[in-house]
Amino acid sequence: MTQAAPTVDVDPMGGDDQKPPPAQRFTLGSVAVRVTVLLLCLLWLIPTIGLLVSSFRSEEDVKEDGWWTVFASPLEFSQWTLDSYDSVIFDQGMGSAFLNSIVVTVPATIIPIMIAAFAAYAFTFMRFPGRDLLFILVVGLLVVPLQVAFVPLLRLFSQYEINGTFLAVWLAHTGFGMPLAIYILRNYMASLPVEIIESAAVDGASHFRTFWSLVVPMSVPALAAYAIFQFLWVWNDLLVALIFLGAGENEVVTITLRDLIGDLGQEWHLLTAGAFISMVLPLAVFFALQRYFVRGLTAGSVKG
Amino acid sequence: MIKILNAALAIVAGVGGMLALFWILNLLVERLPGRWEERIKPYVFIGPAIAIVGLFLVYPAVQTVIFSFADKNSQKWVGFENYTALWDDENFRAALVNNLLWILVVPAASVLVGLLIAVLADRLRPGNEKIAKSVIFMPMAISFVGASTIWRFIYDTRFAEGDEQIGLLSAITTGLGFDPVAWLRLDSWNVNDFLLMVIMIWLQAGFAMVLLSAAVKGVPDDTLEAARIDGANELQIFFRVVVPQIWPTVIVVFTTVLILVMKVFDIVYVMTGGNADTDVVANIFVEEMIEFGDDGRAAAVVVVLMIAVIPVMIYQVRRFRMQEAGR
Repeated sequence: MTQAAPTVDVDPMGGDDQKPPPAQRFTLGSVAVRVTVLLLCLLWLIPTIGLLVSSFRSEEDVKEDGWWTVFASPLEFSQWTLDSYDSVIFDQGMGSAFLNSIVVTVPATIIPIMIAAFAAYAFTFMRFPGRDLLFILVVGLLVVPLQVAFVPLLRLFSQYEINGTFLAVWLAHTGFGMPLAIYILRNYMASLPVEIIESAAVDGASHFRTFWSLVVPMSVPALAAYAIFQFLWVWNDLLVALIFLGAGENEVVTITLRDLIGDLGQEWHLLTAGAFISMVLPLAVFFALQRYFVRGLTAGSVKG
Repeated sequence: MIKILNAALAIVAGVGGMLALFWILNLLVERLPGRWEERIKPYVFIGPAIAIVGLFLVYPAVQTVIFSFADKNSQKWVGFENYTALWDDENFRAALVNNLLWILVVPAASVLVGLLIAVLADRLRPGNEKIAKSVIFMPMAISFVGASTIWRFIYDTRFAEGDEQIGLLSAITTGLGFDPVAWLRLDSWNVNDFLLMVIMIWLQAGFAMVLLSAAVKGVPDDTLEAARIDGANELQIFFRVVVPQIWPTVIVVFTTVLILVMKVFDIVYVMTGGNADTDVVANIFVEEMIEFGDDGRAAAVVVVLMIAVIPVMIYQVRRFRMQEAGR
């Protein structure tokens, strides 16, 4: 609906250096603005900081008093320890769960992107009967709760005896991620200049060639954005893993973490280290590729 | 080691296999006489995607509807029994009400908080703006289970005499001289529901902020200048000039969070297990399916969810059509 808006390339995360110093325009409120933002940021950070601090404290300390008490004497190094990490990684299986999560996530991110890219190309640059109808089906499926798939798929998978294997989760995530992948990639491809694709066709390039040597390279921002989306979603997923993979030697970090919460109950120190390990990789990926992610999000949704 | 090898193999086989499939099909199609080639080629490109969507979403959705009219092992037809049983289940009705509360509160709150930060941070120096926004955006990368762990250190309460509080909220309330409160058991006025919603808002506000910020920055400067020359103050400019222009984005954010909230499961499952009147529909689905092994009842729960999503679906499709008309 906002597609009429000029495609100004704003970076919503800021860093727009051409901006006039706004502080001058709002002198009266500028202090209030800064204080409010600072407070909100603290509010957003405190929970995570608490977890991080706790994960480096000893078992007794975590259970005896609040993590904020360390700030009374933060330089007293005897209170810091890596014991929780040690025990969670090696005794509680977080280390192998971490590996499993990688094994689940990487194929479940790469494979759907490729299939969706082909489809998005056809939806954008080819004309064929049923195109609009099929695409509307995809748009509609975007909102279908994926729980609808569980009972039938579980039975289908057990017929072929792949429940509890990585293959089952790869397939499930590929299917569940597909509508969003097609939607994001098509939205992006529709914003590419059609003339280039048309002139390639005039020069005798086949669709296959145009796809690989023109459209894919030009779509890198959208491909990257979707890759991050799918990566976060698969890595952080609990429900699909719970149902198709379950506990055991193939369990992923979210399941191990849930078990730490449920079974141990009182082992707070293990919980903190476990949660932090589960967050390390997505946070790293997220911050490294944040720019692409934001661009992809806003290209798909704001500019229409 | 075997696992990593396995994954590498899956990538090679999956990606390679798909590539080979596309390539071979493409070659075959190119052999066809001209007119047929043009006709069939699009289906080569979309074929695998449509097949996957059909197998993993459409087919199961149809099956689920069918299962919802059968007994727990789908052996016998039971008509509407699963649905009436759900309706008679007090727990399910309570979950419906809770879901409604989530839907009313979380999307709206996410939009409000996201908009507040987007507008305020816009007035900071670029470097600070970037830092502030990254801080708010960060929880987006945290799983619901991880977030639930984090928030245990906010909501935990100790009751024994002489025990120090290790939950921040309880430490604050007892520090102020109040008695310790079991926050997540506080079901009067749905206080515990709201406390769980806070976690979701904490996770989603960053997403809302990014989209809304892009929209706010996209508002043309000359319309703002014109309003300023006409003597409007900042608040008037915000509500009369900015808000109307970013309204489509507000709706997009609202719908996206709404869809997410309808399926909310992990937070409740991990934090309270649905006890103390905090249950939601998606959690009941998991209970029916895994704990009770009642596929009929579980299917009926999903069908209820699906029906609830239909208006959003219609809205999405219409929005898409309008977008296309404007291209």
